[in-house]
Amino acid sequence: MNTEPDKPTGHDEARRNFLKQSSLLTAFTFVPGPVVQAASGELDEKVAAAFEKVTLKLDVNGVKHKLSVEPRTTLLDLLREQLHLTGTKKGCDYGQCGACTVHVDGQRVNSCLSFAVMHEGKKITTIEGLADGDKLHPMQEAFVKHDGFQCGYCTPGQIMSAVACVREGHAGSEAEIREYMSGNICRCGAYSNIVAAIQEVKDGGQKV
Amino acid sequence: MKEQAQDKQIGAPMNRVDGRLKVTGAAKYSAEYEIPGITYAVLVGSTITKGRLTSIDTRAAERAPGVLAVITHFNSPKVPGFDTAGKDPSQPATVGGPLKIFKDDLIRFNDQPIALVVADSWERARFAARLVKAQYAKEKHQTNLEANAAQAFLPTSAKKNPKSPMADYQRGQVDAYKTGAIKLESEYVIPTEVHHPMELQSITAHWEAPDRLTLYDKTQGTLATRRDFAREWNLPEENVKVIATFVGGAFGNALHSWPHESAAIIAAKVVNRPVKLMLTREQMFTMVGYRPYTWQKLGMSATPDGKITAITHESIGQTSTYEEFTESTLAQTRMMYQSPNVTTRYRLAALDIGSPIWMRGPGEATGAFALESAMDEMAHLLNLDPLEFRLRNYTDQDPEKNKPWSTKFLKECYQLGAERVGWNKRQLKPGSLRDGDWLIGYGMGVGTFGAHRGAATVGAQLLPNGTVLLQCATTDIGPGTGTVMTQIAAETLGLSPQKITFDLGKSSYPKAGTQGGSSTVNSVGPAVQEACLALKDKLRGIAASSNAAFASAKKEDVTLTDGYLTVGGNAATRVAYADLLRQPEAATAVTVEAKPGPEGQKYSMYSFSVHFAEVRVHQLTGEVRVSKLVSCADAGTIVNEKTAGNQMKGGAVGGIGMALMEHATIDDRFGRYVTKDFADYHVPVHADSPDVQVAFVNQPDPHVNALGTKGIGEIAIIGVAPAIANAIFNATGKRIRELPITPDKLI
Repeated sequence: MNTEPDKPTGHDEARRNFLKQSSLLTAFTFVPGPVVQAASGELDEKVAAAFEKVTLKLDVNGVKHKLSVEPRTTLLDLLREQLHLTGTKKGCDYGQCGACTVHVDGQRVNSCLSFAVMHEGKKITTIEGLADGDKLHPMQEAFVKHDGFQCGYCTPGQIMSAVACVREGHAGSEAEIREYMSGNICRCGAYSNIVAAIQEVKDGGQKV
Repeated sequence: MKEQAQDKQIGAPMNRVDGRLKVTGAAKYSAEYEIPGITYAVLVGSTITKGRLTSIDTRAAERAPGVLAVITHFNSPKVPGFDTAGKDPSQPATVGGPLKIFKDDLIRFNDQPIALVVADSWERARFAARLVKAQYAKEKHQTNLEANAAQAFLPTSAKKNPKSPMADYQRGQVDAYKTGAIKLESEYVIPTEVHHPMELQSITAHWEAPDRLTLYDKTQGTLATRRDFAREWNLPEENVKVIATFVGGAFGNALHSWPHESAAIIAAKVVNRPVKLMLTREQMFTMVGYRPYTWQKLGMSATPDGKITAITHESIGQTSTYEEFTESTLAQTRMMYQSPNVTTRYRLAALDIGSPIWMRGPGEATGAFALESAMDEMAHLLNLDPLEFRLRNYTDQDPEKNKPWSTKFLKECYQLGAERVGWNKRQLKPGSLRDGDWLIGYGMGVGTFGAHRGAATVGAQLLPNGTVLLQCATTDIGPGTGTVMTQIAAETLGLSPQKITFDLGKSSYPKAGTQGGSSTVNSVGPAVQEACLALKDKLRGIAASSNAAFASAKKEDVTLTDGYLTVGGNAATRVAYADLLRQPEAATAVTVEAKPGPEGQKYSMYSFSVHFAEVRVHQLTGEVRVSKLVSCADAGTIVNEKTAGNQMKGGAVGGIGMALMEHATIDDRFGRYVTKDFADYHVPVHADSPDVQVAFVNQPDPHVNALGTKGIGEIAIIGVAPAIANAIFNATGKRIRELPITPDKLI
C-alpha cells in the first residue's frame, strides 16, 4: 500500500512516458502471453498499466482532443474527470436518469452508458458547448425564463435532451414532450416548467 | 427614474440569480472542484445484515494499479472524536448516535461500509473495490417492521420528557372513538421511501494542513457539518471549512452527517491528498437515510351531522439499532380538526438497517396519509362531501395548544382549489364517472407544517462599485434561496436586484441554521431585511456628516440608487457612494443577527395547504393517471411566485411518487434491498406528471416575521398522497391503505 503523496504522480508520469514511446498502443489484442501472466501476477504492475490505455481522438464542443484513455472509461467520466467538463452530471451511472445526456454527432446519448473509446473521431456536444459564446441557446434561455429547474443538477441533461427532442420532431404536443423527455428524471419535480420551456422553444420556431 | 420600480421586488416572479450558472453547466457541486492531486474513493459494503467482520482480505485490492490505500477498521487511523462524541452531555447517549465508520467489527445493517478504496482514478478505485473480500460471523437479523411491532417502544425523548411531542397525547377521553355511534378503524402502511436527489451524495475532503480541513460537501447545513467533523477530529470549528455552494437536491438526506463523509476525511488523512467520494445510486438506498417504513392505525368517530367526536392515531416507525430517529407523524392529527377527544401514541421499532432521516414533509406527510384518508372514509360513511366534512370540523384556533393561529387561510385554499380542479363534477357515489374504460375520480388531502423560524445572521456591505454584497452560511438545495434573498435585499435597500449579490453555502459566512423544515426564508429573510436596514442606517450616519438631510432622516427612508444615497429618492439629498466609501471599509459593512420574538408563545404558527387530484383509473389494467393536480397554499407572503410555485409543483410530483410508485423493498431473508436503482425504485418521470396547478392565498403572517412568510417546502407534499388515494377511491370504490397504489392493488 502506497501512502506517499508524491509517488503516485511519478508513477503516472512513468506510464505516460512509456506510452509515448510504445508502438503497441492499440495492440491490446496482441499482448504476448508472458506479459499477461506478468500482469495477472503481482510482479509487474507497470507492464500491465502500460497496456491499459488506448489513444482516442474526440471533438468536444469544437475543441479537438488527442487523449489516452482506459477502455473501461465511460464518456461521462472522461468528460468530468479528465476534461473537467463537469456540466455533464452523474446521477446514476446506469443510464436510468438522463443527467449525463450529451450529443454525439447530434444524437442524444447517456454518456454514462457509453465507453469513451466507442466515439473515436466523433463530435461530442456537452452543456458547456451549447451557448454561442455569451449568448445562451434558446433552450437555455427558456429554462431560465420558465424556471425549468430547482437544484440544477439534472438541468444540463434535461436541456441537452430537450434540444434533441425538438430536433427529432418529438415536441409536437405536451403529451409527446412528456413521453420523449421521460428518460430525464427531475427529482425536484420541475416537470411542468420544463415542458413549458420546451413548448416555447418549439413554438418560437428558432433554430435549435 | 429606472430605479423607481424597486419597491415591488417582493412578490415579483424574478428569474433565479443562479439560473445562468445552472443552465450552462457552470454551477459546481461537491464532486466537481478541480483540486491538484485529487484522488478517488469507493466504499465497499457488507454483504451480511448483522454480525461481525472476522477478516478482510485487502491484498489484491492494494496491489491493483493506481490504488493508494485500502482502509478498514483494522488499519484505520483513530478518529479522536469517535471516543468522546457519544459522551457529550448535550448528546444523550441513550438515544444513540451516528454510525462511527471503521471503529469496530460490528455489522449493523446490510451494505454498511466496511472498507474504502482510494485510487488515482474512479475506474481503478471501482475495480479494486471489487477485490476486497470479507469474512463474517453472521447473526440473525430483523428487518421487518410488522414482525417486530410487539417490541415497539416509546422513544427515549418521550420517556425523559412527558411534554415531548413524541410522548403519548390525549385531550378529552382516551380512545373515545371506540364508543362512538358512527366510527371507523383502519390501518395504513407507508413503505420505506428514499430521497434520491439527482446528485449522488458526494464529498471532497482536503486536509490543507494537519489541523485544517476543507470539505466540499453535499449538506443542507454548512455549520452543522462543520460542527460534526470538527468534533470528530477534536478541532476548533474555525479550522474546518465547509463549502456547499450548490447542492443537487437533498429533500432531507443531507440533514445528517453520514459515515461516507467521515470515511472520506479519514482517507484524505491516510493518503495525504484530497479525496473525492461519490456514492453509487445503489448506496443511496443504504447509507444516507430514508423515509421510514411506518405502520399506523387510525380510529375516528363522528355524529350523524358530521362532527368528529374522537380520533385515536397510533404509529410505529422504523429506526436503526444504533440511533433513535423520530419524526412528527402524529402532529397534524392533534391540531387539524375540532375533535374534543384525541389520543396519539408514537412508537419506534429498531431494526437491523441504517438510520432513517427526515424526508420532505417528513412525519407529517406520513401521518397525513392516514388522517386524510380516514377523513375521506368518514365522509363516505356519513354520505357527506369530503370538503363539506372538513369545513364542519374546521378549527379557528389550535385545539392542541389552545392558542390562536398566527394566521390561517385554509378555507380560502379550499375554495381556490375546489374551483380549479372542478370539484363540482365529483360524485358522492364512487365509480360514477367514466370515460370509456377509464374511471374518473376526485380527491383531496390537507397538509400543515409548523412555520418554524430560527436565528440567522447576515453580513451586508456596500462595495466601491456601488453594489451590495450580502453573505450568509445558509444553503440552497433548490428552492431559490439566493434569489429570494436578493429580492428582499433589493426591496429593503431600494436597489435593483442586479446590484445585489447574495453569497451562501460557506461555513465561513455569518451563521444560519440548516436548510430544512421549511424554515430558511422565515429565518434568513428577516436577517437580510435587518442587515439591509442596518446598512442603510450606517450609510445614513456617514452621509449625515456631510449632508444635513440625512441627520434627521429615518433609516427606512434612506434609498440606495445608482451611484447615490438619497432620502426618499429626493435628488437634492444625493450623496455619492464615492464619498461614502472614502471611509475605511468596515464603515460600510454591517453584520446583523435576527431572532424570533416572543410571538411564538402567544400564537400557534403553521403553514397550510390543500391538494386536489383528479385521477383516471383504467378498469382493466389498474393503471392510474393523475390527470389534474391542484395545490393551494397558505404560506404567508410569497416572495417569488415563480420559485415558490415551482417548489409547490415539485412537492406535488413527489406526492405522486409517494402515492403511486415509491417503494424500497427489502428481502427480509437477507435483510437486503432488492430495489437498487431507478429501474426497480420508480420515481415520477415527465410522463407521470400532469401540469400541476398552484395557487397561493398570499396573505402575510405578521407574527412569524416582518416579511410575513410561513414556509412552503413541506406543505407542498403533505396531503398529496391521500388526495390521490382518495381520488382513486372516488373513481373505483377501492380503498387502498398501503402505499404505493400500484395496479396490482386495483385489479
